[in-house]
Amino acid sequence: MDLSSALVLALRALGRNKMRSSLTMLGLIIGVGAVIAVIGIGEGAATKAQEQLAALGSNMLFVGSGSVNRYGLHVGSFQTKTLVLADARAIVRECPSVSAAAAGTGTGQQVVFGNENWATQITGTEPQYFQVRNWPFASGTSFSDDDVTQAATVAVLGDTVRKYLFGSRNPIGETIRIGTLPFKVVGVLTPKGTSPGSGQDQDDVIIAPLTTVQKKLLGQEWLRWIMVSAVSRQASYVAQQQIESLLRDRHKIRSSDPDDFVVRNMADMADAAAEQGTVMTVLLTIVASIALLVGGIGIMNIMLVSVTERTREIGVRMAVGATEDDVRLQFLIEALVLGLIGGTIGIVFGVTSSLAVSQGLGWPIRIPLYAIAVSTIFAIAIALFFGFYPARRASQLNPIEALRYE
Amino acid sequence: MAIVTPATTTNAAVTIRSTPLVEVHDIRKNYQLGETEVHALRGVTVSIHAGDFVAIMGASGSGKSTFMNILGCLDKPTSGQYLLEGTDVSALTKKELARIRNQRIGFVFQGFNLLGRTTALENTELPMLYSKTNKNDRERRAREALVQVGLGDRADHFPSQLSGGQQQRVAIARALVNQPRILLADEPTGNLDSRTSVEVMEIFQGLNAKGLTIVLVTHEPDIAQFTKREIVFRDGQIKRDDVVEIPHVASEVLKNMPTIKD
Repeated sequence: MDLSSALVLALRALGRNKMRSSLTMLGLIIGVGAVIAVIGIGEGAATKAQEQLAALGSNMLFVGSGSVNRYGLHVGSFQTKTLVLADARAIVRECPSVSAAAAGTGTGQQVVFGNENWATQITGTEPQYFQVRNWPFASGTSFSDDDVTQAATVAVLGDTVRKYLFGSRNPIGETIRIGTLPFKVVGVLTPKGTSPGSGQDQDDVIIAPLTTVQKKLLGQEWLRWIMVSAVSRQASYVAQQQIESLLRDRHKIRSSDPDDFVVRNMADMADAAAEQGTVMTVLLTIVASIALLVGGIGIMNIMLVSVTERTREIGVRMAVGATEDDVRLQFLIEALVLGLIGGTIGIVFGVTSSLAVSQGLGWPIRIPLYAIAVSTIFAIAIALFFGFYPARRASQLNPIEALRYE
Repeated sequence: MAIVTPATTTNAAVTIRSTPLVEVHDIRKNYQLGETEVHALRGVTVSIHAGDFVAIMGASGSGKSTFMNILGCLDKPTSGQYLLEGTDVSALTKKELARIRNQRIGFVFQGFNLLGRTTALENTELPMLYSKTNKNDRERRAREALVQVGLGDRADHFPSQLSGGQQQRVAIARALVNQPRILLADEPTGNLDSRTSVEVMEIFQGLNAKGLTIVLVTHEPDIAQFTKREIVFRDGQIKRDDVVEIPHVASEVLKNMPTIKD
C-alpha cells in the first residue's frame, strides 16, 4: 500500500470517530501545549533576569562594610566603620582589574516638595556612580566632583520619586527638602525597574553627593559600600580577589581573623539567577513530559480498542491481499496522524496560553524554535512508540479468526 | 435444455486441462484444541481444472471450511501438497501468500464482509490498494467490476443503503477486480432469500461461462444444482465427488420464480 492511500485511509478512520479521536488527542494537546508554555515562559523569565542583571552591570562588584564579631556578639552588616573613602581610591589605584569605583552610603529620609511628601532612600555617592551602574539620565545632569568636595546640597531623582513629588512637572532647578535641609534638583534618572533578586524598586531613590549625605544627613565619616566596575565580566573574579587582599591589608586584618567587609560579585548573582531559572524549567519540563507520556498511553489504549473493533476489517483486508506490513503501516499511520494533529493543536494551544500568561501577568515570553521542534518530534515519537504495539497486534491477527470475529 | 459451456473452448483450455489449476495431494490438517487434537482434514486429494464450477458440501465439522481456507491460502496444511497453477503453495512465506490471495484468488463470504461507511466503489477498490495500482486505474477497474455485477449505478452507495443481494454483488465485484484465476465463495447465499440466492448464482454462472473457475461452499443442495461438480466432505475426507449431470440454469429458474414484492 502506498503512503498517500494509507494517509487517506487513516484520516477517514479517525474521522469516523471524531469524538474519540479528539479525546485521544487531548492528552497530547495538553502535553505539547504545556511543554511549549513552560519553555516559553521559562525562557522569557530567564531572558528578563539576564536583562535586569545586565542593566545592573554584570562586571560590577559590590563591596559592603561588614559585620563584626565583637566579644562573641555578632553585629549585623553595614556595621563596621572601617570602610572609608581612601579604600575606594586605593581600589582603583592598586587593583589592575578594576576600572572604576564609586564610594557610597545611604539613609532613609522623608522628602517634601510643595504639598507632596515621600519617604525614600537617600544615596550619597560620587559622580562616577552613574557610569559604574550604567544608569543614564532622563533629564538634567549629575552633580560634579566639586559638589562632592564642597558637600553641596544638590540631588538627582530616581523616576519613582520624581513621579510622586512632581507628577508631570519638570523637577530640574526646583528645590526639595530632605529631612530639614533644602536640596536643588539637578538631574532625573531613567527608570531601571525592580532589582533582580530582592525585587526592590531601584527607582525609589534620591542620589546626592557623598559628603553631603555623610556630614549633613548622617554625621558619619565611614562608607556603607563601594560599587566597583571590573574591566570586564571575566575580570570580575580576579578583581574580587584583588580587592579582598587589598582591603585586608589596608584594614590590617590578621590572617586568622575574618574580613570586616563583604565583596559580592554580580557575575555570581547572574549565574545563580540563571541556574535557578534552569532548575525551574527542568522541573516544569518533567511535569509536562509526564503529561505527554499520559497522552501517549491514551493513544495506545484507543488504538487497542480500535484494533479489536476492526478485527473483521483487518481479516477482510488480509483476505484480499494485505500483508502484515500493510496492516501495521495502516495502524501506525493512524497513530502518527493522531500525534501530528494533536501536536500541532498543542503548539497553537501552548503559544496562545503563554501569550495569555504574558499578557495577564506582564511576563515576557520567548518561544524558541527548538521548543516547537522538540515537542513536535516528541509528540510524533510518542505516537509511534505507543502506536507500535497495537499496530503490531493488528498485523499479527490470524485472518481466518479475524474474519470469523463477531 | 442447454448446459452452460465455457464460451472460449480454445486450445488454451486444452493445455490447462493437462495441468490442473488446483492440485491437492493428501493434505491433512490437525488443530490443537486444548488437550485434544482435532483432525480437521484426513488426507484429501482432489484436482480442479480451469473453467470448473465446484460446489463443496458437507455437515458442519466435515472439514469443508478448513479445506476452503487452505485453498484460499489463508491457512497451511499440516502435511500434504497444494499446487496452485503448478506452484507449491505450502512452501511460500506469509508475504507471498498475501500476494497470491491478492492476485490469483477472489473471496466471497457469507456475511459479505464489506467495510461499513465505505462506498461500493471503494469497497471494490480494496484489493487494488495492495497491488500497486494507481488511483485512476483503481477507479476505472472498480467501476467496470461493478457494471459486471449489474451495480454500475450504485457505485457511490454505502453498504447500509444496499440490499443483501446488492451487498453480495459488491463483494463479488471486489473479488473480481484483480482478475483472479479462481473465485472462492464461502456460503455466498447463506444470508440471502431464495430469489436473491438464485440471482447470485446467475452471476456466478455468467462468470463461469466466461472461463472463471469457481469453488463454492454451500449447505443447500438446490444451490449445488447450479454448479457443474459436487464434492461432499465427511469427517475430514472426500466422501463423494460427482459431476452434476444437468445443472440448473439460474436465468431460466428466475423466469419461473415469483417476484417478492415488499
